[in-house]
Amino acid sequence: MAKAKVTFLDTGVTVSVPVGTRVIEISEKVGAGLIYGCREGDCGTCLMKVEEGWNNLSEPSVVEEKVLRENMAGKHFRLACQAQVLGDISVRPA
Amino acid sequence: MIKSTYAATQPGAVAISDRVHWIGALDPSLRTFDIILKTANGTTYNSYLVRGSEGMAVIDTVKEVFSETFFKRLESVADYSEIKYIVLNHLEPDHTGALPELMRRAPQARLFISQRAQSMLKALLKHDQFEFTPVMTGDTVSLGDRTLRFLNTPYLHWPDTQCTYLEEEKVLFSGDVFGCHYCDARLFNDRVGDFRFSFEYYYAHIMRPFREYVLKALKLIEPLPLSMIAPSHGPVLRDRPDQYLLHYRRLATSALDSEIGQEKSLLIFYISSYGNTARMAEAVYEAVGEIEGVRASLYDLEGGEVAPFVDLIEEADGLLFGTPTINGDAVKPVWDLLSSLAVVQTRGKLAGAFGSYGWSGEAVRMVEERLRGLKMTVPVEGLRIKLIPTDEELDACRAFGTSIGRALIGDVENRIVEMVQR
Repeated sequence: MAKAKVTFLDTGVTVSVPVGTRVIEISEKVGAGLIYGCREGDCGTCLMKVEEGWNNLSEPSVVEEKVLRENMAGKHFRLACQAQVLGDISVRPA
Repeated sequence: MIKSTYAATQPGAVAISDRVHWIGALDPSLRTFDIILKTANGTTYNSYLVRGSEGMAVIDTVKEVFSETFFKRLESVADYSEIKYIVLNHLEPDHTGALPELMRRAPQARLFISQRAQSMLKALLKHDQFEFTPVMTGDTVSLGDRTLRFLNTPYLHWPDTQCTYLEEEKVLFSGDVFGCHYCDARLFNDRVGDFRFSFEYYYAHIMRPFREYVLKALKLIEPLPLSMIAPSHGPVLRDRPDQYLLHYRRLATSALDSEIGQEKSLLIFYISSYGNTARMAEAVYEAVGEIEGVRASLYDLEGGEVAPFVDLIEEADGLLFGTPTINGDAVKPVWDLLSSLAVVQTRGKLAGAFGSYGWSGEAVRMVEERLRGLKMTVPVEGLRIKLIPTDEELDACRAFGTSIGRALIGDVENRIVEMVQR
C-alpha cells in the first residue's frame, strides 16, 4: 500500500501512514494537538494549518470550503477531519 | 408608550431612547436556565425596535412561548410593513423563538446574521426557503437617518454571536454579552434592584470559558462612544455603561498576576490510597523541576476543593492527573475535577495521566480519553505502575516528567512512527 509521511509540527512526530488516511485519525493516534468536535466537517474545531505539502491533500469538498469560508480561514488551512493524505505533509493546529 | 417606573409590566413597548423601544418579554418564574444556570428571580428576553426615517429594525426576538407578548409590544409602536430589517445577534432559541412568525408577518424584512450563524439558522428554521445577509465587522445598514453597524464578536457564547451598534444614538445591542438573568420590570440599571450578583454569575458561567474572545470583543467595543448597552437579558445599562466594559475587562483578566511569569506552569494533581500514586507524583514533580522554563506545582486532590483548582487550571499551560484504579475506574475526586472544567478554556493545553493500580489499571487510559475530550493535547502516553513502584519504575516516572516538561517548552524530539492500530 502506498505510504506518505505526515509531520505534526506541534509535537514533532512524523507518522508514516497509508495514503487516503484522514489527518484527524492520525493526530488522534499519536497524541498530536489537532482536536476535533463533530468530525463531520461542520464545526471547524479541527482547523489546521498546512505548512508543507498543500497539494498532497484531497481537494476540499463544497461543504468543507463553506466551513473554511465561515471561519475566515486563509488558503493553507484545512479541516483535519475531512482532508485525506495523498503525499507528504507538515501540519500544525490553527 | 408607557412612562411608569414598572413600565414593562404593561403590554406596550417601552421607550429606551427617542428612536429605540424595548419590545421584549419578562419571565419572572424561570429558575433554571439552559440546565447550567440558576436564577433567583427569572430573566428577561430583550428585543429592541429601532426607528429610522426610512423604516424600522427589530434586534433579536424572544423565546417562542413569549411570542404573543412580543408581538403586542411591537404592534403598539410599529406596523409590520414598516420593518425593513431583522438583526439576529445570537441564534439561541431564547432569542429566535419568535423569528419564524415575525418573518411571516413581515416578509419584506431583510435578515442580518453573522457569518458563523448561517448553518445554525438553517438548522433552527428547518427549511431553506428564506434569504439572509451574512455580515462582518464594519458592515452597516441604513434606516435613513439611523445606521446600524455590525461587530463580529464570536464565541460570546456561541460561534455565531455578534453585536450591533446604533451609531447616531450610541447604543450597543450587545446580545448576551453584558447580560444577566435578572427579571425586573423597571428595566434600567439605575432603577432595578441589586443585580450585581446575577451579572457576575452570568459572566462566570456563560462568558468565562471564552475570555480570550471577551478581550477581543472589548477591543472592538471600547473605542465606541456609548450612551447605553442594551443586552439581550437583564437590565438595560444606561447609567455609566463604560463601567460595565471596565468590569468585563477586569473579569477577563487574572485577578492576581501569576508569579510564574514567562515560565510554563504545570499543575500535577494526584490522589492516592496507599501512597503509591503519591510517590509517582513526587517523582514526576521532581523531574519536571529540573527543566528550565517550567514551573511545576503539586496538589493532593484530597486536600483541596474543586472551584479553586478550576481557577488554577484556567491559567496553567499543562496538567497532569495521578489516579489509582479502584474497581476499574478512576476515583471520584479526579472525575469531580475533570467534570467541572466546562467554565474554563482547556483547549490546547498539554496534559497527561499516571497512576498505580492493583490488577487492571484502567484509570489512566480513561483519564487520558477525558483529557483529549476536553480538547487538550496528550503528547506522552500515560504511565501505569502495578502497586508499589520500584526504583526503576520511579525512574520511568522521572522520564515521564521530563518528557512532559520538554514538550511544554516546545523542546520536542522529532520521532518517526509507523501508524499501527493500538
